Amino acid sequence: MSKVLIKGNEAVVRGALLAGCKNFFGYPITPASEIAETAAYYFPLLGGTFLQAESEIGAINMIYGAASFNTRCMTASSSPGFSLKQEGISYIAGAELPCVIIDIMRGGPGLGNIAPEQADYNQVVKGGGHGNYNLIALAPNSAQEMCDLTMLAFDLSDKYRNPAVVLADGIIGQMMEPVEFPKPVETIPDRPWAVRGTVDSHNLICSIELLPDKLEAHNEALQAKYAKIKEHEIRYEATYCDDAEHILIGYGIVSRILHTVVDVLRAEGIKAGLFRPITLFPFPTPQFEAFANDKNVKSFFVSELSAGQMVDDVRLAVNGKKPVNLHTRMGGNIPTVKELVDKFKATI
Amino acid sequence: MKTTILQKPASFYDEFVLKGGSQLKSTHYCPGCGHGILHKLIAEAISDFNIQDRTVLISPVGCSVFAYYYFDVGNIQAAHGRAPAVATGYKRANPDSIMISYQGDGDLAAIGTNEILHAANRGEQMTVFFVNNAIYGMTGGQMAPTTLIGQKSTTTPRGRTLQNEGYPMKMAEIIAILEAPVYVERVMLTDAKNIARTRKAVRKALKIQIDKKGFSFVEVLSACPTGWKMTPVNSKKWMTDVLSKHFELGVKKDISEDREPVIVMHPEPHFKEYHELLDIKSLADKITDVKLPALKPILDEVKIAGFGGQGVLSMGYALANIAMGHNYQVSWLPSYGPEMRGGTANCSVKVSDQRIGSPIIDNPTVLVAMNKPSLIRFEEDVQPGGIILYDSGLIDTPPTRKDVTVIGIQATEEADKLGSRKIANMIMLGAYAKSSGYLLENYILQALPLIIKNKAFHEMNDKAFKLGMRLAK
Repeated sequence: MSKVLIKGNEAVVRGALLAGCKNFFGYPITPASEIAETAAYYFPLLGGTFLQAESEIGAINMIYGAASFNTRCMTASSSPGFSLKQEGISYIAGAELPCVIIDIMRGGPGLGNIAPEQADYNQVVKGGGHGNYNLIALAPNSAQEMCDLTMLAFDLSDKYRNPAVVLADGIIGQMMEPVEFPKPVETIPDRPWAVRGTVDSHNLICSIELLPDKLEAHNEALQAKYAKIKEHEIRYEATYCDDAEHILIGYGIVSRILHTVVDVLRAEGIKAGLFRPITLFPFPTPQFEAFANDKNVKSFFVSELSAGQMVDDVRLAVNGKKPVNLHTRMGGNIPTVKELVDKFKATI
Repeated sequence: MKTTILQKPASFYDEFVLKGGSQLKSTHYCPGCGHGILHKLIAEAISDFNIQDRTVLISPVGCSVFAYYYFDVGNIQAAHGRAPAVATGYKRANPDSIMISYQGDGDLAAIGTNEILHAANRGEQMTVFFVNNAIYGMTGGQMAPTTLIGQKSTTTPRGRTLQNEGYPMKMAEIIAILEAPVYVERVMLTDAKNIARTRKAVRKALKIQIDKKGFSFVEVLSACPTGWKMTPVNSKKWMTDVLSKHFELGVKKDISEDREPVIVMHPEPHFKEYHELLDIKSLADKITDVKLPALKPILDEVKIAGFGGQGVLSMGYALANIAMGHNYQVSWLPSYGPEMRGGTANCSVKVSDQRIGSPIIDNPTVLVAMNKPSLIRFEEDVQPGGIILYDSGLIDTPPTRKDVTVIGIQATEEADKLGSRKIANMIMLGAYAKSSGYLLENYILQALPLIIKNKAFHEMNDKAFKLGMRLAK
């Protein structure tokens, strides 16, 4: 199949429709607006519905409603909008509803700016709203993955009855690259628990449980589900890591820059490797534990467009066995290849 | 003689198992509370209209958070105030359902004002039952948006005042002034006469939805003896004498006779049509008669910059597309956001035979500068041995770098001669193709009309591109 040159944000919508998504509820926000605009054009053409909600809160609650039926649904936003959605996301996670949320991260805190940042890591990967819950979080680094990981997000979301987030930064959303689109998914998994408007589906969708013992049991069941997700769904990309003495770590756009950085370092004879988490939840903790125990590996170098959020998960996994160094940029600035090469070299 | 059998509506569960405890036949509501009566009126209507299986009831936050204990229908429990949005989402996903949004005054008229107003204004196909008891019952008697002036609550211990809390919200009147709602009425659960009126309103509101006529809203004044600290008997008297004087009963709007059913049809194309409907078409499928050359080992990093309107983004898009058509790896990245405003725009195109790492260009191999600010901004960044293509008609200070190839082209002037200033970018594309030397002219000429779809420009683009090739010699 041949490729199409397309923006990441537009690849998301096509991927969603090819994954059988039928309902899109959203609210415009830069730099995620192309997703809503593209959805507004294409969803009705493929038998779906698009609705611009009155607010981010409205949109996520529309998702709560639509996800209670047996069709796939999604919303998309950017950082401040994701903050607004947190209430609804907590309810969706509590009620165990499958849905996909796209977050095209921008600069914060507050109104911040519309340039790329990765400072939503904590509010997406660590749950974010109230209560003990986790979202499945996928981090694309190309337009192709904007399509592929959106489709995967729908599958994982249905498989585990859990909301799944595609977490990208402004550059991955705005960049055009060749994308090869797969064939449409023709059948989605059955949802026997859903409210389907039939005699055999007088079901209840809720997140309330008054009795402490029952709510604790519900929480334990959720934790068991997350453990299962951690066991089965870790995804990552390791480049030149087999003989690497230094593991460079980044996701999203940073991983693309680090790819070039590693090429530069290898050309200079430095044994550097690139490790890119594709799933941020589940985080590739076992892989980092293995690196930490590998005599060959001397250090880790993390770069993020945040004050350092993912680095906490790296440090937890490495558990003090090796140095974990960090170079970050914020506010929409992006490190150059030279800057990263220099900063990295200063650590070894 | 007609016999009336008093019995539980079929749309209630036989036993309220979800409620738990030992009293599985009674509700959790306090004595004198109106919720139980309204529940029963709704359940009877659901059964009588034979819509039990397709009914979905949204339980709100408040005392009726547990409405799902009782209604044997599809049940969704929503966050505080969000029921109309949840109902919207479900109804859009399943238009055959009958949506009931059951909400209290804190839920609908305070925290959820936005959701109810917009659902009403869109004319969502749903029925809203708004229970107004002028107090927060579940949380223990705090002020509601509908608490009356002077009325005491735990958060207005000296009584609600105009100065501090403002006037009570008249939701039925507010909803009624919107254009979309079909039917809005306020009723009261006190005596047999008013309960009969409520029953009629409940049925009418549901019938409107069954007939697909749109949004209906019934505000029900209801007693909260516990919150009001009154006996049930005194509560009813207070409703009659005081509450209903502020919240006047009656039909606020009814256009149900004139409203036609709203039926939205969704096309259901076959899966085979998806790619075509999604405009997933590539150049490679369309240009099959050009024999492409073997890939060259290159990493071209092209920065194209100029004023907004000079077509720098579309030149980059065309270049990336053409290079992709030649089987190179490509990326295209626009400057976006505030950078775009104020007149300058740029994009970064990378072309390589290898996988592209960073799509960001720190040091271009080729700079295409369409205006002076762009040349000033990026000249120093160009890699030694690189190329600067600049519009020598618009830029009066040529590049000073000696370690790069400088090609000046009067692109804008030549474009004007060809008929449109807008094709200066295609002249530059021709100059780039010539100077970089890895793209096939006859491929590009076939590709351009497929990439730049505006037919008015096809012929001019062709000429402009060829001219650019010549001028770059």
